[in-house]
Amino acid sequence: MEGVLHQFLSGIASGAIYASVALALVMIYQATHHVNFAQGEMATFSTYICLTLINAGFPYWIAFCITIVASFVIGVLIERILMRPMQNAPVLSSVGVFIGLLLIVNSLSGWFFGYTIKSFPSPFPNHEMFDGYVSGHELGLTIVTLIVLIAVYLFFRHTKLGLGMRAAAFNPASSRLVGVRVGWMLALGWGLAAAIGAVAGIMVAPMVFLDPNMMAGILLYAFAGALLGGIDNPLGAVIGGFVVGVLENIGGAYLVGTELKLTLALVIIVGVLVVKPSGLMGRAVLSRV
Amino acid sequence: MPALLEAKGLHAGYGETKVLHGIDFAVAEGGVTALLGANGAGKTTTLRAICGVIKTQGEIWFDGARIDGSATETIVRRGVAHVPDGRGTFMELTVEENMRLGAYTRNDGDVAADFERMFGYFPRLRERYHQQAGTLSGGEQQMLAIARALLLRPRLLLLDEPSFGLAPLIVQEIFHIMRRIRAEQQMSILLVEQNASLALDFAEQAYLLETGRIVISGPAAEIRQDESVRRSYLGY
Repeated sequence: MEGVLHQFLSGIASGAIYASVALALVMIYQATHHVNFAQGEMATFSTYICLTLINAGFPYWIAFCITIVASFVIGVLIERILMRPMQNAPVLSSVGVFIGLLLIVNSLSGWFFGYTIKSFPSPFPNHEMFDGYVSGHELGLTIVTLIVLIAVYLFFRHTKLGLGMRAAAFNPASSRLVGVRVGWMLALGWGLAAAIGAVAGIMVAPMVFLDPNMMAGILLYAFAGALLGGIDNPLGAVIGGFVVGVLENIGGAYLVGTELKLTLALVIIVGVLVVKPSGLMGRAVLSRV
Repeated sequence: MPALLEAKGLHAGYGETKVLHGIDFAVAEGGVTALLGANGAGKTTTLRAICGVIKTQGEIWFDGARIDGSATETIVRRGVAHVPDGRGTFMELTVEENMRLGAYTRNDGDVAADFERMFGYFPRLRERYHQQAGTLSGGEQQMLAIARALLLRPRLLLLDEPSFGLAPLIVQEIFHIMRRIRAEQQMSILLVEQNASLALDFAEQAYLLETGRIVISGPAAEIRQDESVRRSYLGY
């Protein structure tokens, strides 16, 4: 029983990471109706920036903040330069660009920072907490991620800019007619998604170690979480991320073993798509013929 | 009376399909101008052209400046509000959020007072304030669309078929409120309507569009007397 509780709490910690990446995926999906396959690689790149800053002597939290801002800017630039010309392109062209972006960012990470696996520091106490149920880092990352998720929620719910961004994603034509600068809202959405991904990358790096492919598996879990909750529902995606984290840990420990953990993500993806494609909290897409 | 909006030799269309073939018209400051015509004559296209939603050729002047070629957001920020066909409701958002979006460009402190004014015109919106806008009836969505446009505090209001798809009683109610709004607020209106009788009652000036060309223009009262208009559009 203690083992289950331990796995459950670890699952919440990994779930926090998946939830953030899932939220980033959903934000881009709502605005563009495409899944940003490069979301994970962008987060990895951001994590490298943070490590470089820390190695250059910046205190951890200063490096953290600079990285978040830099990632935001990179996200905005990617939208302005790469995605803007693609806004009326057919689906396959967009998918091609996303895959190209994934490969480019992945290679850039390797080129700039090397392919060797690096360890990444944690700002949280190194000892076990609550009678050994969670590590200090797991607890810390869960708190940081929850703060980010709540801040994003409050931003979208209670600020004018957040409202404009939601409106631009839902209904660009009407948004223009009330004076919302839709193009900039989409760019801000990319920036925000990149920043959220950067937090996830920095927080997960001490647990999984940093290499250019660090986020590949995590993106898969996050995608499973987003699909489970509903790819067009931010709250659903966050809940889905946590659920996938818990399932992964408990399933990995008692059901399939650690080697087959990633398979669980794929099973969830296929399962959701077969049984309930709109996810648990998503809207079913109906079209009249 | 000086014209607030003036179009000269306006061409517009969708891709290869040309819809407007060089039309000229003007909307007087403070007046209501109606754009009449059958389905497919180019009425909605004209409104879209003014707002820069579609590509145009020719000149469009608003308040002494050329606005053709400007981005929609820029034109809107100059004071042109558009109640689009299909009403343009933000279905996923609440009525409150829809209204807040109407006032999106404003930074003055009168927004709260304007919200109250809208509830005065459309009490239904207060009842539905926290409801998702997609659940509103067609008439309620039309009221919401008008409120959203008015909250911009526009100088020019473009109204696209406010009667479309609504029960006659609701249409009457909406036009009744529109008269009140006209009397109380300083703005000009360009009204597109298929229901010519309704539009000619409401407007001072009118233009009749047929397949992308203006065939008749003049004071609404005169156009009402026009033999061909009476037969084709008023039905008596």
